[in-house]
Amino acid sequence: MMYVLLALYIIAAPFIVGALGILYGMVLKGIDRKLTARMQGRVGPPLRQPFYDVLKLLEKECIIPENAVKWLFNAAPLIALAASITTLLYLPIGPFPPLFSGNGDLIVILYLLEVPCLAILAGGFAAGSPYSTVGSQREMVLMISCEFPLAAAIIALAWKYSSIYPGLKAFSLTTFVNNPIWNNVGVLGFIGVGILLIVMLALSTSGLGRLPFDIAEAGTEISGGMLVEYTGRNLGILYINDAVRVVVFATLINAMFFPYKLSPLIANYVALPLAASLTIDFLFYLFKVFLIAFVTVTLMRVAFPRYRVDDVVKFYWGIAGLATLAALILIVMDTFFGW
Amino acid sequence: MVETEKKVMARKLGRLVRAVWIFNWFNSCGCTELLPVVSSRYDMERFGLIIVDNPKHADCLIITGYQTIKSIKRVVRIYNQMPDPKVVMALGSCPITGGMYWDSYNTIKRLSDYIPVHMYVPGCPPRPEAVFQAVGLLVEHVRKLKEEVSRK
Ligand code: SF4
Repeated sequence: MMYVLLALYIIAAPFIVGALGILYGMVLKGIDRKLTARMQGRVGPPLRQPFYDVLKLLEKECIIPENAVKWLFNAAPLIALAASITTLLYLPIGPFPPLFSGNGDLIVILYLLEVPCLAILAGGFAAGSPYSTVGSQREMVLMISCEFPLAAAIIALAWKYSSIYPGLKAFSLTTFVNNPIWNNVGVLGFIGVGILLIVMLALSTSGLGRLPFDIAEAGTEISGGMLVEYTGRNLGILYINDAVRVVVFATLINAMFFPYKLSPLIANYVALPLAASLTIDFLFYLFKVFLIAFVTVTLMRVAFPRYRVDDVVKFYWGIAGLATLAALILIVMDTFFGW
Repeated sequence: MVETEKKVMARKLGRLVRAVWIFNWFNSCGCTELLPVVSSRYDMERFGLIIVDNPKHADCLIITGYQTIKSIKRVVRIYNQMPDPKVVMALGSCPITGGMYWDSYNTIKRLSDYIPVHMYVPGCPPRPEAVFQAVGLLVEHVRKLKEEVSRK
């Protein structure tokens, strides 16, 4: 009996998490479009517009270009979506611990975050259109330039944890969630972690390929870049993947920097049953994800135009790289001098 | 059997008309014809219409203004690249009769001689309201089709 339940749990949970990611991603997309419109003084589409878009895309004809590598071209959207949902399984969803965890899951997540980009990039090369080839090359440039700040930021935090809690697994997200980083640093460390947070927010914007870092899609320059040849069902899957990735990045930042829960605070005043506190924490998690997505997607999109390709590289290798190094030094100083 | 097919058709139409992605092609003063519709005053996104960047993502090709003899070849290529189902909307009086270029040596006079045009929106240039009316007619048409199907 126990084993049957366990098997059911293992089979069902990924589907539930996947469905949650897709649904919430689409809702966030709707909110994002609405808020963008409001900030530009427009009325904006209804909140369920992304669902309409996807339903329409699924009805459309699916063109496969004659000179494309067909299997790769068709597989790329599916691989991208599968990888995005798999990443979500490694992340804690609000009060619920991640389905898969262990020592070093943070490194797995780092690599899983790259897989959808790589898949779409391969699809872009496979499409055999000059536009999509240019888009894929730009995506490669973007990925290479993001690599260093991302790795440095995560290593800085993990090093901090390994020095405070030698007994815990430093490269595990569970450690991050159970001991919020802000509670474990002094003033210098606080500044350092703040810088890392800003860098991570910028990184997630570029990881999502949104403005101002959407050089790989760049509608007005290379007319859709990597996605140029995708139509119908394939484009629909990519659209969903785009929505899920917002949830993935926001959940990652939420787990790394804001793993706080609301229920202990309320439990001081009223006694909460388990179900109620889980619900409150879950809703609070959804709210935090919305806030992070608002900053990384909506605000950035409204506030900034697109960078040039070389400016993106300069930004990540120059400003962001230096900022992460400075944050690393601040955190090291914090640990040694205990300020 | 035929009935269910019609129902499926109606559902498909209903889905298609809720999110219309537009590719805009112009090479003339026609470019001014669609811009106000996108801007915040008229805001076509509230009806689910957005401008996309390439014809392969589009459902609706909007040809604004006259086409020259050279550019009409590109129009035909763009039309052929679009995935089915697709509609073509022609804005302005130039695609209908040649407009103020009626005696020009290098513009085409009637767009429907070259590609199937589903709707003409007259005006020089047409007001944004006229564009919305055109889209409204399209939606209305689909709604009527659906009603007919459900009544049978
Ligand atoms: S209809 Fe009028 S505004 Fe439009 S392209 Fe012709 S002349 Fe220009």
